[in-house]
Amino acid sequence: MRKNYGPLYAAPMAAWMILFFVIPTAIIFSYSFMTKDMHGGVIYEFTLSAYRALNNPTFFKVAFNTIWVAFAATILMVALAMPASYYMARSKHKNFFLLLIIIPFLTNSMIKIFAWMGVFWIDSGLLNSFLLWAGVIDHPIRFLYNTNAVIVVTAYTYLPFAILPLYTTIDKFDFSLLEAARDLGASKLTATLRILLPNIRGGITTAVLFTFTSAFGNLAIPSLIGGNDSYMLSNFIRHEFNIARNWPLVSSMSVILTIMTTIAVLIFMRLNRSPVEVARENREAVNKPAGSTARAAGTGGAV
Amino acid sequence: MKGSQVAIQNVEKRFGDFQALKNVSLDIKKGEFYSLLGPSGCGKTTLLRIIAGFEDPTAGAVLLDGRDVVPIAANKRPVNTVFQTYALFPHLTVFENVAFPLRLRKLPGAEVSAKVEQFLELVKLPKEGKKLPAQLSGGQKQRVAIARALINEPSVLLLDEPLSALDAKLRQHMLIELDLIHDHIGITFIYVTHDQQEALSVSDRVAVMNEGEVVQVGTPFEIYESPAHPFVAHFIGETNYLSGTVTEVFRDKHVRVDFPDIGTLIVYEDKPLKAGDKVKVTVRPEKIRISLDKPASLAENMNLLQGRVDELIYSGFQSKFFVRVNEKAQFRVFRQHVKFYMDEKAISWKDEVYIWWNDNDGYVVEVGE
Repeated sequence: MRKNYGPLYAAPMAAWMILFFVIPTAIIFSYSFMTKDMHGGVIYEFTLSAYRALNNPTFFKVAFNTIWVAFAATILMVALAMPASYYMARSKHKNFFLLLIIIPFLTNSMIKIFAWMGVFWIDSGLLNSFLLWAGVIDHPIRFLYNTNAVIVVTAYTYLPFAILPLYTTIDKFDFSLLEAARDLGASKLTATLRILLPNIRGGITTAVLFTFTSAFGNLAIPSLIGGNDSYMLSNFIRHEFNIARNWPLVSSMSVILTIMTTIAVLIFMRLNRSPVEVARENREAVNKPAGSTARAAGTGGAV
Repeated sequence: MKGSQVAIQNVEKRFGDFQALKNVSLDIKKGEFYSLLGPSGCGKTTLLRIIAGFEDPTAGAVLLDGRDVVPIAANKRPVNTVFQTYALFPHLTVFENVAFPLRLRKLPGAEVSAKVEQFLELVKLPKEGKKLPAQLSGGQKQRVAIARALINEPSVLLLDEPLSALDAKLRQHMLIELDLIHDHIGITFIYVTHDQQEALSVSDRVAVMNEGEVVQVGTPFEIYESPAHPFVAHFIGETNYLSGTVTEVFRDKHVRVDFPDIGTLIVYEDKPLKAGDKVKVTVRPEKIRISLDKPASLAENMNLLQGRVDELIYSGFQSKFFVRVNEKAQFRVFRQHVKFYMDEKAISWKDEVYIWWNDNDGYVVEVGE
């Protein structure tokens, strides 16, 4: 019999994460409590001034805008992804549709952003040209450089993050359960709400988690597509780092960003427990715990 | 009787080019335990799904107490199904699974509890209400599925191969319980199975299906003892199958048939026959007696043949003999071990044996040219 080295198998991964995640995060965390040096960098003196500096209307506005963009884009993505992944999972051409989703996903994101700028451009942009030609509008509309454009392009960019986990879960869903629900008297809507949705909850949670965190930390889209009022936290951090060279402030914002993301992840993971886990927590006798695969897929790499 | 009378009238079902059901008509009585028996792909499950409302027939009608239910959606029919894979809702406890139909009807909590407990009691799972389906054994899941399908008090219960996922012992046990539940509830059961033992042991009547058609309807006794169609003879139980020509028709419902490989035998005339008819005849292996010694005196109505044991299979309660007759024909003969095996006069490989059977036990299943 071979020996099982247990946790040792995870050692390379642990080393990687410690080197490139834990230590940098610790540095950022400690920098956030230090004094600002005039030309970037920090002076090793403890102060809360970086956190005090956060207490200003601009930061709150940016933070709120970030949450709003991430929230709206997430809703949009999940709303689009649900019917799409349902259709994919039921289709005979699953692999073809998967390819359709993955190919644009692998395309360089800058190219996609510039393509969207071409679509939204005010002078002879694709959308304006079409609307003018169709007679819907008289004058070109300014689609670009506002928060709504950021939401749309964000949703477009990260849509596969919603479709793939939802597709995987729906694909595994036993559709005879819907027939059983219908047989027992449920309408199609009731069967969907009470049987389909609870059973693909893992996929929904993963989709929300992936899309929300991606949209939340987004940098390129708001800087290229957004206007002055659609600044997001990442833009703010970059600006403070490059221009204002206020490293403690940048660190404190990063800490806040990390904490907010972690809280979101924890909340979603809590909601994402399978009924068996809930039963186990309630000290019920668990003879055959059925770990849901969707959940396992959902929590990996979410942080 | 609380059950419904079910009438299937000229039902056809096509899936593209494939014709799953060809003009099927059945009359199922109130409260009957009715089985649809056939090999996989014979259309029995399709027919069940049409009755449940999951499929629409291409043509024909399904009447429940005289009312055509084809236009009625599945969730509005007074019919419930026990699915082959149980289809228990994995996110709900046993209690909530069984309560599901009642919750849909928004019944008050106390009423729901009382009823769910009553039905969990019926399927002998009174203490498992708080468990999740994943924590149950196969047999327990099956019971939950039955309780859930019965709690709405349907007038017809459809069972789609409900025992096929259980092991042999448990299957026997559940079969007996299903029969008891049927007696207790008194509604119409329509039971789909490919297992002839299941169908024969619990059904009031059986419809044997093959390739989208009903080939014979009858009581288990009729289906087994007097198969009306070669498919039925083949599919139900094991049988010996002989082809020959009628040479003489007697007045007492018997005919003499000449079998080229065997000789002439007397066969029961269950279909009108005349001399010269080509017929196919079956004799059940357990109806044939086997012995090393020639029977000292044999009644007149016995067919006697001599042969050699080719093969024998000992299976505890019985042995199966494959007896070669005249080099060309082979008969299957089953012998029950009614005594301690060692005390019986053992018949072994290559032994010369005599086999005989009552001429009433040979049936004509097909008449050719």
